[in-house]
Amino acid sequence: MQAVFAFTACISVIAVVLICLFLFGNGFPTMGKIGVGKFLFGTTWSPTQEQYGIFPMIVASIFVTAGAILIGVPIGVLCALFLAHYCPKRFYRPLKSAVELLAGIPSIVYGFFGLVVLVPLMQRLLGGSGKGMLTASIMLGIMILPTVINISESALRAVPQSYYEGSVALGADHERSVFSAVLPAARSGILAAVILGIGRAVGETMAVVMVAGNQALLPEKITDGIRTLTANIVLEMGYAADLHREALIACGVVLFVFILLINLCFSALKRRERG
Amino acid sequence: MRYRRLLQKTGVLLSAVLVFSVLLALLAYILIRGIPHLRPSLFAWNYTTENLSLLPALVNTVQMVLLTLLIAVPCGVGGAVYLVEYAPRGSRLVKLIRTTAETLSGIPSIVYGLFGYLMFVLACRMGNSLLSGALTLAIMVLPTLLRTTEEALMAVPDSFREGSFGLGAGKLRTVFRIVLPAAMPGISSGIVLAIGRIVGETAALIYTAGTVTGHAQGIMDSGRTLAIHLYCLLNEGLYMDEAYATAVVLLVLVIGINALSNALAKYLVKGR
Repeated sequence: MQAVFAFTACISVIAVVLICLFLFGNGFPTMGKIGVGKFLFGTTWSPTQEQYGIFPMIVASIFVTAGAILIGVPIGVLCALFLAHYCPKRFYRPLKSAVELLAGIPSIVYGFFGLVVLVPLMQRLLGGSGKGMLTASIMLGIMILPTVINISESALRAVPQSYYEGSVALGADHERSVFSAVLPAARSGILAAVILGIGRAVGETMAVVMVAGNQALLPEKITDGIRTLTANIVLEMGYAADLHREALIACGVVLFVFILLINLCFSALKRRERG
Repeated sequence: MRYRRLLQKTGVLLSAVLVFSVLLALLAYILIRGIPHLRPSLFAWNYTTENLSLLPALVNTVQMVLLTLLIAVPCGVGGAVYLVEYAPRGSRLVKLIRTTAETLSGIPSIVYGLFGYLMFVLACRMGNSLLSGALTLAIMVLPTLLRTTEEALMAVPDSFREGSFGLGAGKLRTVFRIVLPAAMPGISSGIVLAIGRIVGETAALIYTAGTVTGHAQGIMDSGRTLAIHLYCLLNEGLYMDEAYATAVVLLVLVIGINALSNALAKYLVKGR
């Protein structure tokens, strides 16, 4: 029976190996066929003309992720501070459940909300179509909030109470103690929250497709429509064939490598924290 | 500098209010706009282009949840039992399993979708089917199940195991009769979390389970779940009223699942 349990435990190992095999096995030969440089740094994505450059998509993914971090992290960390150090006891449970619910809402519902509320709002404020990099960044900023809040909060709670007490005993007020003594002590946990937030934002698909505009072009302004790596796959996989389909799979491989790098950063951070 | 304190305080308060009001706005907007469109014809048994019934998608979602859990729960629970009860502490296999499970939990759903398409749909020749979708999702929710079950098993006091061994029970009997029942609330809260992810999943399912309307006839048949149904309605862009109604049903499902998981967590705290 132990062997059966051991086998079920190994399924996650098998799954990772299979995922790597299938994605890399399909993706790398395609990149070779198109030309690695042409594929990664080509600026034209035009499957009808056999042009498969995904540079605009890579740039778009990086830009919206950066935007999401700029919007989501300050709000998320401040909200975590509120939950850990300001919140009156009777508000804590409802607020915490609200954050959990925010994490549980399906991304397609976020996308729907973005499409019917955020896009018209941006249209009115900035003109244009309302779909674009800024809208997608705001959308993703909202979506990474629960990740950032939960992990930052547990990092803040892990800081020994004595830090706060010591600061107060030295005459600092509540705000200064929280911001200058507790917050810096929790920085590696908050960094972990940011890294996980980046992972979530890079990989998000359905919500981004709805609000990003999906033009496969290099953006010039923050209101320009853009297409992320994830959006590219989900938009075209349905009708793609032959080299086009293989290029989309290679697109997924690039995304997968991004995620693996982010994971690597995360585990390096955790190891450093332990050591 | 005089305003530092005020600035910090308002920043903290404003952020909390902002997070809370984003959630409220989202819920209120979709519920208020959607509930008036919940016509009885949306719940007709069969989908036609006239009634755009969401019931087949709902039934498919339930089937998808059951099928995925059937595959994922034994693997997740069995794996956690191995890690907590059998594995030698600090062995390299355990480290490898932990690392891979962490890797799996970070992979975006669209990558799972691509993998499921390449492996189950094409390589295993299952085609677009509930089974392809369920296998893909099973791998996706595996780390969640593994982690929550592991935590639940570790929370069972060692005295339970010692008592069982002392009465002459073997390892296997101890695991099945003593440890697993004691860890049940924790395990079920993990399962509820997994259900939430399955219900809301879109990107991993579009190219594995497919987008066919209507009821799936058996596990080798394709059928869209509720989340995919919403995506298709939005993509067509002609049926916003129905999309609102579908979003309401999806939200209510998710809120219900969330409440269930909270109730389980509360039960868990009280039980201790």
